[in-house]
Amino acid sequence: MSTPTTARLVGIHARYQFTETVRIPIAVIGTTIFPSLSLLFFVVPQPFAHDPAAATAAAAQLAVFAVMSVCLFTYGVGVAEDRALPWDAYLRTLPVGPVPRLVGRLLNGLAFVVLGLVPLVLIAGLLTAATLPPARLAATAVALLAAGVPLFALGISIGYALSTKAALAVAQSLLLPLAFGGGLFLPPDTFPAWLDAISTWLPTRAGRDLVVSATTGASLPGSTLLVLAGWTLLGGSLAVWAYRRDEGRRFR
Amino acid sequence: MEVLARTLDVTRRYGPVTALDRVALDVRAGELIGFLGPNGAGKTTLVQLLAGLRRPTSGSVELFGGDPRDPARRRRLGTTPQETGLPATLRVSEVVDLAAAHFADPVPTRELVARFGLAGLERRQTGGLSGGQRRRLAVAVAFVGRPDLVLLDEPTVGLDVEARHALWDAVRAFHAGGGTVVLTSHHLDEVEALAERVVVIDEGRVRVDGTLAEVRSQVPARRVRLRAAELPELAGVDRRSSHGDRHELWTADSDALVRGLVTARVPFRDLEVAAASLEEAFLALTSPGVTTAPSTVTKGSR
Repeated sequence: MSTPTTARLVGIHARYQFTETVRIPIAVIGTTIFPSLSLLFFVVPQPFAHDPAAATAAAAQLAVFAVMSVCLFTYGVGVAEDRALPWDAYLRTLPVGPVPRLVGRLLNGLAFVVLGLVPLVLIAGLLTAATLPPARLAATAVALLAAGVPLFALGISIGYALSTKAALAVAQSLLLPLAFGGGLFLPPDTFPAWLDAISTWLPTRAGRDLVVSATTGASLPGSTLLVLAGWTLLGGSLAVWAYRRDEGRRFR
Repeated sequence: MEVLARTLDVTRRYGPVTALDRVALDVRAGELIGFLGPNGAGKTTLVQLLAGLRRPTSGSVELFGGDPRDPARRRRLGTTPQETGLPATLRVSEVVDLAAAHFADPVPTRELVARFGLAGLERRQTGGLSGGQRRRLAVAVAFVGRPDLVLLDEPTVGLDVEARHALWDAVRAFHAGGGTVVLTSHHLDEVEALAERVVVIDEGRVRVDGTLAEVRSQVPARRVRLRAAELPELAGVDRRSSHGDRHELWTADSDALVRGLVTARVPFRDLEVAAASLEEAFLALTSPGVTTAPSTVTKGSR
């Protein structure tokens, strides 16, 4: 018999991580249901819910928010929690590099993003004027992925660099500024000029603009892709650095 | 003999704390080595370095001829999670399957589970196991990949006597089949019962590295107990403790000591001579000052 392939190990780690998580369903419900609830309470009753462009943009913004909360909590806090467990140290002594576990984790996060997006899309489609023609579906999925990459890197950096308590604090204090500042709750055209100027440089704003553009066909600011690429590079370097210096728990 | 793992002049610091100080050690094929030392002595850090979990601050670590941080070097290695750190929501068979998936020729789950006395519990989530069952499962996964070398960090913490002996049998069987074992323990009887080679580690340094017999020979080999109203200074006593008329003397040569007692006409009674246990050896080695006898040791210091 031969040594297991990376692809097989990716599948195994993804499956076990998923199993581990869904056996405590409440942990999943928190991050997956919040975007749908926000849509239900803050968008559906508003007059602009009847305007297709505005409603679609609002749903797109919340979709980015769903991606971000999975990145910050599943990846950020989740990784920090795992690192504190002796089981994680055990897994790192197995003859396997970081790739299968990391990719497994990525796939898991994606699964939870999808779980969160399904009710969001249903509510948007049934209770608002939002529309997503099938032709735009693929572009939207790609845009969501692209928006998620820098946030994923940021989450991984937090998870590997910080202890559980610190990771939770950092994730929580990043969540709302990134969400509001990036225009995920209120559309950026309601922003004062100074906030809009700051917002342009945030990864969430770039992600939001990309996804809104993919869903509604709105024009894309020239800075968007540059900002996303910049944050991806920065977050990626930070994540690699944090992963390399990680040795699990700090003492003993 | 083939060297499976090696540390070359390894020092590991955590900030200002030096956990290991220039440790040089070879683990050869077929050995059963016990790392013995008090908590915080550096045993766990040493095992973590061998398993590739940590990097040395200076010096180098080799595992199967390479860097243990390279996953390929860990194919013939088995380790056990410390404490009872198993994912609580996974089932027993899932934990074994997950570990098994990383090896080319794993032991079938059913067989491994049976070998460690967990048959019938395969469908149980690990969170629902007793402490002893969890511990057995944690040790079992070390053997799933048919390793050549296993590192067992405190393998029997929290086990009752029966479970401990069952686990010792499993370790002995693995060793009898040609396997190499490194185990850490602060259970002295465990190291005494299992290990052929004992490495005593204290404050990050290797104090003694030798066979069980050699470790014994480095310390007072005999303990002489007796009762006497008064005891004169006697030659050849390495360590002495007295409570009222009860005395305990440690010496390399109990025959000479007893002859000395007789010659000095000490009116002793209840004379008892016994081989010093490893525990006593260990105490003598890791508490400098106590061995610089003759001195009176109070009961509290034992």
